[in-house]
Amino acid sequence: MKFDWRVIIRNGLLGGGIAFYLSAIGMTELFSERYLIGDFFSTGQLFVAIGGLTAGILTARAYKEENRFSAFLKSLISGVISSIPLLVLIFLIQVLVVRQIGEDVVFTWRDMFVNFSPALVEILTFGQGLAVGIPLLILVMTILSGLGAILILLPSRWGKALTSGLIWTLGIGIFSENVRSILAEVTNRDFVRLVFQQKTLNPGAALVIFLVVAVISFFRVGNTIQSGWKRLPTPQQKQGRIVGIVLGIILLIVLPWMVGQFLSQALFLVGMYVMMGLGLNIVVGYAGLLDLGYVAFFAFGAYTMGILTSTGPLGVGNFTFWTALPIAVLVGVVWGLLLGFPVLRMRGDYLAIVTLGFGEIIRILATSNWLAPFEGGPQGILHIPTPVFFGITMSQPQQMYYLVVAGSIFIAFVTIRLRDSRLGRQWMAMREDEDVAEAMGINLVQTKLLAFSIGAAFSAMGGAIFAARVGNIFPHSFNLLISINALALIIVGGLGSIPGVVVGALILVGLPELLREFTEYRLLMYGVLLIIMMLYKPEGFLPEETHKRELRGEEDDDYIEEQPVAMEA
Amino acid sequence: MLKRYFENISWVDIFLRVFQIVAIVVIVVGVYNTVVAARYTSAQWATLVFAGLAQGSIYALIALGYTLVYGILLMINFAHGEVYMAGAFTAVFLAQYLSRIGFLDSNPFLGITALILLAASVSTAIAVLLERIAYRPLRNAPRLVPLITAIGASFTLQYTFRGLYGAEFRSYPPVEALQGLVNVFGFEVPLVQLVVLGAAVILMVALYLFVERTKMGKAMRAVSEDKDVARLMGVDIDKVIVTTFAIGGALAGAAGVFNGLFRPQGVYFFMGFFPGLKAFTAAVLGGIGNLPGAAIGGLLLGVIESLFPNLILEGLGIPAANQLRDAFAFTMLVLILIFRPQGIFGERLAEKKA
Repeated sequence: MKFDWRVIIRNGLLGGGIAFYLSAIGMTELFSERYLIGDFFSTGQLFVAIGGLTAGILTARAYKEENRFSAFLKSLISGVISSIPLLVLIFLIQVLVVRQIGEDVVFTWRDMFVNFSPALVEILTFGQGLAVGIPLLILVMTILSGLGAILILLPSRWGKALTSGLIWTLGIGIFSENVRSILAEVTNRDFVRLVFQQKTLNPGAALVIFLVVAVISFFRVGNTIQSGWKRLPTPQQKQGRIVGIVLGIILLIVLPWMVGQFLSQALFLVGMYVMMGLGLNIVVGYAGLLDLGYVAFFAFGAYTMGILTSTGPLGVGNFTFWTALPIAVLVGVVWGLLLGFPVLRMRGDYLAIVTLGFGEIIRILATSNWLAPFEGGPQGILHIPTPVFFGITMSQPQQMYYLVVAGSIFIAFVTIRLRDSRLGRQWMAMREDEDVAEAMGINLVQTKLLAFSIGAAFSAMGGAIFAARVGNIFPHSFNLLISINALALIIVGGLGSIPGVVVGALILVGLPELLREFTEYRLLMYGVLLIIMMLYKPEGFLPEETHKRELRGEEDDDYIEEQPVAMEA
Repeated sequence: MLKRYFENISWVDIFLRVFQIVAIVVIVVGVYNTVVAARYTSAQWATLVFAGLAQGSIYALIALGYTLVYGILLMINFAHGEVYMAGAFTAVFLAQYLSRIGFLDSNPFLGITALILLAASVSTAIAVLLERIAYRPLRNAPRLVPLITAIGASFTLQYTFRGLYGAEFRSYPPVEALQGLVNVFGFEVPLVQLVVLGAAVILMVALYLFVERTKMGKAMRAVSEDKDVARLMGVDIDKVIVTTFAIGGALAGAAGVFNGLFRPQGVYFFMGFFPGLKAFTAAVLGGIGNLPGAAIGGLLLGVIESLFPNLILEGLGIPAANQLRDAFAFTMLVLILIFRPQGIFGERLAEKKA
């Protein structure tokens, strides 16, 4: 490739732009005291460092094919350039904000750009003042860029080892609180103190983690195990798989006791979204009906549970959890039919917006004073008892976790059976082409209504369990975000795929729970993750075969040509 | 003859027909009760209608952005509400500054024009950036993929602006020249509502002329008919799409300033979400992809929202009808789509392309 200044400059500015963005929206400053390793490397600094690393990685990638040394030099230039946006930021803060301090002005810039603070300048210049700090910043960005380039330019085995070492170390640093609480449950206190000081990794421990991961990655332990597994004879593989399943079940059972209360609550939420996701997967993934108002059925389940079991003034009948659960599911089915009916003739985006409208209507009705005598209006329903299972009151998140796991497994089982049934094939035919499906003799009305009502039933079941867990339900908990979350997680996991739903829920529900300390920036990361995911892996993490083919843009013809070969073999 | 007719319709049709009749009966009974009870004077009704028109013109401007993009890319730009927020949120600072130095009161026309220009350029920039980063790589992806991207972009923009400008509520300063009432057909109407409505109509007419009369407008129409053929005819698709996003963004930015004049309070990072939703509803109401449809749909939605809770719900004896205002907007949407699944002005696109 020709020596092209534009590529170098663009990569530099892109990397620097990321650092500028993260600093300008306040992430750098907010997390400048949240140390990852020891008391010298903080999350805030990591955000700036990402800029330099990105610049280096991009440039090194662009010139990897030619002389490695010159590629490295070019990356360094990119690194120098990547500091320019940060210098601009420092300049802006100095000119706009710092000059105005103490002066009486009509318009304070700080009032507009709330995160353009003198403290940010101090962080970016390492507290050394402008004269020393600016050259230092340029130097650091250059070094980081070089580091990024090294990860790319080293022979791939070395590069991969270093990269995975870095990622694991930083990951453990970022999730230190959760890792700590897990370690505290499974090991003793001294070991925890050995690894973590307060919230941050000990520098020594960080080095050990880095080296261990790098060595494991370098010697390709994962690959060795995998190829060893493949070389085993089939019966042994079968036995191994059974052992794996048993281990998985054991892990599922002991997991909440390993991770402590807080993470169990997170797991509970994940499980609940798995239930919802599996239901929505039937509607969107199998039947191809885009439903943006899915939260409505969740709300119906929760409110049914609330009204039937509550010991408060709104409670009717004093049902127990176990008798109310089937009723809640039934209510979900009925509402699935009722709301499914008017939209039978709508398709595509019209269907999406009408279902979204249903979701909003139901939330607003639930909030209004009109229906307040029945379901509490904005005050919601209080005093919903926790379920009692053979004398055990399930007040802990750990116990409720088992409930959602059981529910999820039940729903997953039903979903798999449905998918492989006549009905499942009808759904998929309808998803591919409604008109052709109808011409083939599929009763669209029945098929669609079944999809809506079964999906609604699963969601209502999740809602009922949710109500029993939280004890008090309020209409504002049932907002559009839940529908969006459920839809996003089945797409990120892989539309139509059941393990995908679990993976999607872990990523989009579990991960934000772990990142609680990132407060308002969690949703920012959620949004960025959705965009990146759709740009680079639109079929999701664990895609279903048909969808993968469609989304990868492979022609159906190829598939047909491959078919006979497969059949001969 | 009659027998054959009955054989051809399914029970779904019968159900939907019954549903339609029930809906009409409910509406008629509600209106009748309210009118007979004479709970409001005609002046009060006029106030509601004009407030609805002003609000509706804001919905219409945002809805045009949705419908322009939909017409060309067949995608729901879910982040369009955030484009609107970006303009409104940025311009609020200029508005506060201009108000503090007295410019907004001494030169209201120039001042408001400056606000609109700033808001429109910020919104345009955001819309174009959005297209470039998030949507262009996905142009040939299946429909769900850009939808999820748009939802992601929506979150990203909300929290970016929260990070940039803070989480506080801001408000537009009052513009002295726009205070006061004007007499229209014997009714006292706030001047600001008329100005907002008038300015919005001017923008809509300008857009219509642009699409109908200019070469770029012709190219846009060509691309929305058939992208591939348009490309063969020498139309630069990328340029057309960027222009579409830019125009939609500019209209949304202007809507943000109008909204600030009309309802000064509540400027913050989440302000775009519900107007975006409503505007999308308006676009669907009018028949998505159809420009006059979006304009009429927006105005209609504004009027329905402000008028019908009082007109129908109170007639039916439902308390606190204004709480149900938003629910009502969506209910009307559902009803209209049951009557006409392709929207008021929509062609039967839904079957072919959706």
